[in-house]
Amino acid sequence: MPYIPHTPDDVQAMLQAIGADSIEALFDEIPAHLKAGHGLDALPEGRGEMEVTRLMAERAEQDRFALSFLGGGAYAHHIPAAVWEIATRGEFYTAYTPYQAEASQGTLQVIYEYQTLIARLTGMDVSNASVYDGASGLAEAVLMSLRANRKSKSRKVLVPDALNPRYRSACDAIVRNQDVELVSVPFCADAGQTLVDGLKEHEGQDFAALVISQPNYFGSLEDVDALTDWAHANGQLVIAVVNPTSLAILTPPGEWGADGEGADIVVGEGQPLGIPLSSGGPYFGFMACTQKHVRQMPGRIIGRTIDLEGKQGFTLTLQAREQHIRRSKATSNICTNQGLAMTAATIYTSLLGPDGLASVAGHCHANTQKLADKLTAIDGVERAFTAPVFHEVALTLPQDADSVLARLAEKDILGGLSLAKDYGMKNAILVNSTEVHTEGDLDLFAQALKEVLA
Amino acid sequence: MSNETTLIFQHSRPGRSATAQAPKPVSEDQLSAIPASLRRKNKPGLPEVGELEVVRHYTNLSTKNFAIDKQFYPLGSCTMKYNPRGANRAAMLPGFLNRHPLAPASHSQGYLACMYELQNFLKEVTGMKGVSLAPMAGAQGEFAGVAMIRAYHEARGDDARTEILIPEAAHGTNPATAVMCGYKVREVPVGKNGDVDLEALKEACGPQTAGLMMTNPSTCGVFERQIEAISKAVHDAGGLLYYDGANLNAILGKVRPGDMGFDVIHMNLHKTFATPHGGGGPGAGPVGVSQRLLDYLPTPMAGQDSESGDYHWIDTDTLPTSIGHLSAFMGNAGVLLRAYFYAMVLGREGMIRVGEYSTLAANYLLKRLEAIGCQAAYPERRASHEFILTFAKQAKDNHVTALDIAKRLLDYNQHAPTIYFPLLVPECFLIEPTETETKEAMDDFIDAMAKILEEANTNPETVTEAPFTQPVRRLDEVKAAKELDLVWSEA
Repeated sequence: MPYIPHTPDDVQAMLQAIGADSIEALFDEIPAHLKAGHGLDALPEGRGEMEVTRLMAERAEQDRFALSFLGGGAYAHHIPAAVWEIATRGEFYTAYTPYQAEASQGTLQVIYEYQTLIARLTGMDVSNASVYDGASGLAEAVLMSLRANRKSKSRKVLVPDALNPRYRSACDAIVRNQDVELVSVPFCADAGQTLVDGLKEHEGQDFAALVISQPNYFGSLEDVDALTDWAHANGQLVIAVVNPTSLAILTPPGEWGADGEGADIVVGEGQPLGIPLSSGGPYFGFMACTQKHVRQMPGRIIGRTIDLEGKQGFTLTLQAREQHIRRSKATSNICTNQGLAMTAATIYTSLLGPDGLASVAGHCHANTQKLADKLTAIDGVERAFTAPVFHEVALTLPQDADSVLARLAEKDILGGLSLAKDYGMKNAILVNSTEVHTEGDLDLFAQALKEVLA
Repeated sequence: MSNETTLIFQHSRPGRSATAQAPKPVSEDQLSAIPASLRRKNKPGLPEVGELEVVRHYTNLSTKNFAIDKQFYPLGSCTMKYNPRGANRAAMLPGFLNRHPLAPASHSQGYLACMYELQNFLKEVTGMKGVSLAPMAGAQGEFAGVAMIRAYHEARGDDARTEILIPEAAHGTNPATAVMCGYKVREVPVGKNGDVDLEALKEACGPQTAGLMMTNPSTCGVFERQIEAISKAVHDAGGLLYYDGANLNAILGKVRPGDMGFDVIHMNLHKTFATPHGGGGPGAGPVGVSQRLLDYLPTPMAGQDSESGDYHWIDTDTLPTSIGHLSAFMGNAGVLLRAYFYAMVLGREGMIRVGEYSTLAANYLLKRLEAIGCQAAYPERRASHEFILTFAKQAKDNHVTALDIAKRLLDYNQHAPTIYFPLLVPECFLIEPTETETKEAMDDFIDAMAKILEEANTNPETVTEAPFTQPVRRLDEVKAAKELDLVWSEA
């Protein structure tokens, strides 16, 4: 019996201790006609580890290797071997949520270190222990801003159109149930940036918060200082959506604004910090805020304290915000988070350090610039926008984007994401490059695109 | 066990690095396209440490955890069963790890095939008509479920339904979820035998009822015997029935939520399908629905073309009534692959055994613990896959609480059961041994409990001051909450 250790003697001994004749007798409280008479006929028979491993290996092989320039919120980076070797140690991998603090000091200290890393990267005061992913994290941030902005009575939040459309749709799917409205902010069609000009029509109106994405979906760098100051001047909180790799070289949200007043809530996708692409998950969302708003933050939070002998120790804290204590009055229903991915990210960030992460960010940017130069050297290929970019860039092609991408895929090159469906830009694509691409990879892409367009 | 208490930041020395891991620095020239006003002025205070120090630090920290791989871990309602290593290896195959979530279907047939088969597997084992794998944890599955209930009522123009009914023994996520979906919560009392108070439920049902959320077996560790009457009362009032799959392990292969009349369920794959808890996550919380909620399932889902056999994504462009996406991509794919591995290894007969042997283990443990003097909360009932003990007597006679006994268990190298849940039983333990533990492992737990009950009588301080053998003694939680120290600072 796979993973069930009992011998027939064990079973007999247990039944005897219970005083039951058979295992079936233990189900005597279930109305007989409800019991599965169907025998689960549609299910396959069980197989051994070897056979299932072989089947899954064949499936994994079937997903053909391709040279990928896809980004859009998930990015290919080198992951040091040590990261997952350690994260999948049984002591981390098979532990539960650290409710029994004395028996969970390993996990708890890792989370405390993680909270510190996130606070320092984002320039914020405090961080929680992770949420599901960047997009659902934004939904939590939007709901949090309604609670935290005491000056506003609004259930509306300003969200730029240049935000990752997947974030917008997931956020909307979650918050609309509480009658929260995401009000769209246009972007400048030349620059590919969200401008304060585009916000002018909302001056003097009541909104709980403004979302600022740095970089935005097009890879463009926003004028975050101007946007932050506008929001604060209009009584709104600032919710920053950021890429963690970029924070090694870009101004952290905690310092945004001309006077460095900073964002109020920061969220983002943690995947770039050592988490494999893995078809979209498990990733983790990071979430940080100012000290002032910590009691409005959802999710688990770890604090450093002492034990009864005065020795340092770590424990879950501020649990009165959470569902298992507060039930219907909790800040969120979140319970399970993304602990193991967060553990991996802590190890990754420690291995890279400030200089290593800055090098990764620098290579991502430099490679993307180089790639844009190589691709725009092809007739009819141009940058879609004028704004400076971090590690993703929008290009217009002389032909229909979806069809070009399909022809590139036939050559096993995933040449970016189409902007047709989300933005009606039928000829535009979004391409990303990171430190994993060699000069040869960039040339291969440029050559293939040239052939496809010819 | 390590006594590593130093933080990674305290190992940091300026200029030290894990050199093999970072690409060579880029020149300032290469960054010149980024305006100076957007550049970070001071480098972030991340640790500057060598690779060995990182490996040693986190390896040492790991040894300060209890884990299923090390200890019996009978947390009620958490289903801490063995997490097969084979599932981890299969999910970590390079073809799966390196697949970008937005790769076209042409480059995703292998992955899509696994997801499509997992959807069908879960459909059959729960008796539901459709399954979406999108929710990333149990609580998000609950959210998806209640959001679908709301979408269903709204689509019919039935917008006076403002309340979700929840038995008082329910998990905290249930009421929190109902509120996240814009509903008011009305709690329904539970009777002395662990079953819902049916009369009170009937009274609570009405035109304002959007639905009822419940687990079965319930959080009282017993099968809700009136489930069909409950189902009828809620349905007659026009409400829908939500099944919280936290306790699905108890009935896997025995009773299907679909056959009990539930309209929507979520499953916790990190419980029932043996994927790891990872120190707090990630999980996966797929949802299954009856016919009437099929149109509202969260996207994306895997579909198969009946002629070509090719797989594709079903998204909001083909299912516009869907409640939509709950994450940027498609949920916790790597967790789903581990669950797929587990489902394929167990197969039909293995699924049926899960319910049988988890129930056998729980009833054995209950009877043996009663024999050594533990008080069951529902002594006249069969245990499901878990059961409740109450230590109200010890608390009164010896001033030894359930918390004290839990802490003392750690000294006996046993992880504590879930404590103080459900809230309606005083000084309680919720104990779930799972089907993967040997009889000897359970016997060791029983021996430890016998010794602790003895200590509670003869030498209560050894219990009330426990633990003595862990990396730390009991922690000052009041200080943790009052003098918030959530982030390390060197000063």
